[in-house]
Amino acid sequence: MSDVKEFQSRPTDTSRAESPLEWSLHEQKSLPHASNPGVILSEKPFMGQLILRGGAIVMDEAVREVMDMALPAKPLAVVSDDSGERSIQWLSPDEWLVIVPGGEEFELEQKLRQSLGQAHFSIVNVSGGQTLMSLKGSRAREVLMKSISYDVHPHAFPVGKGVSTTFAKATIIVRRTQEDGWELILRRSFADYCYRWLLDASREYGVSVTR
Amino acid sequence: MFYIYCPYCKEHREEEEFHPRGQAHLLRPEDPENTSDEEWGDYLFFRDNPRGIHHEMWVHSVGCRKFFNITRNTVTYEILETYPMGEQPTITAETERVRKEQGVQAADGGWQTVGARPENKALNEETSS
Repeated sequence: MSDVKEFQSRPTDTSRAESPLEWSLHEQKSLPHASNPGVILSEKPFMGQLILRGGAIVMDEAVREVMDMALPAKPLAVVSDDSGERSIQWLSPDEWLVIVPGGEEFELEQKLRQSLGQAHFSIVNVSGGQTLMSLKGSRAREVLMKSISYDVHPHAFPVGKGVSTTFAKATIIVRRTQEDGWELILRRSFADYCYRWLLDASREYGVSVTR
Repeated sequence: MFYIYCPYCKEHREEEEFHPRGQAHLLRPEDPENTSDEEWGDYLFFRDNPRGIHHEMWVHSVGCRKFFNITRNTVTYEILETYPMGEQPTITAETERVRKEQGVQAADGGWQTVGARPENKALNEETSS
């Protein structure tokens, strides 16, 4: 067991947490609601997010033991569990992003630390630093085509792929965990900018935002 | 707008995602205490500025954030290969020179195709009548 200090960063009392998009969504008196939306945006706030860094082999063993999932070994891969609620994404040869339902991340971090023992690794809880946004609808791909330079055609971007790339003038992670939608991971400080960009880019297709 | 192959992401990505970080394969002097000022100066400040094949370090700053090396032709801007840190280039100024001597098409300033260079300079000049 490493002697790294761990602490529960998620408030367990009644204090109210605000997601990175809280202000942006609150600022709009009423959320856009097109009658026949081509694009449906919704935030998935307060997910537990961990960054794992270390050797692929030891990390894979620990993740298999603790989460019963395999670490994605191929570049740009995302794996999800059967429920689709937990996922692990390849970010670089020694870095992975784990997303779990909010509240699970602290226990997961502790278990992973226990399992990794004296191995050379790092786990950082980034739950507060970024947020997940789901982008769905028949015209969702066209919104992405306007916003990122990466090829989002299904033959280049199949389900189970995720890339970190430029989005408008910010950096985001785009991933496809299911057939009919995209997930965008926005940094807290860019969240408002990206959200406004998405609203603007999807206006012509009709946009609906749900909370 | 062009694409660069990232040896870690294993695919071509938009140039915008990368940043150049200068000459590759620079080694810090192993014994700083016994290194002369001149050697330190060379290591810190002096860089090659070749005409032709150059090895550079780049970083995929928006993607995987890993450093890697690029072999680039400074005349044509052509990227000849990219390879991860710790590896040696397969294309160097020396191999390019050998290729050219053997008459293989080589990317170099001006005359890209073998045979494009006129054999006789006079052929390329206007004749006065």
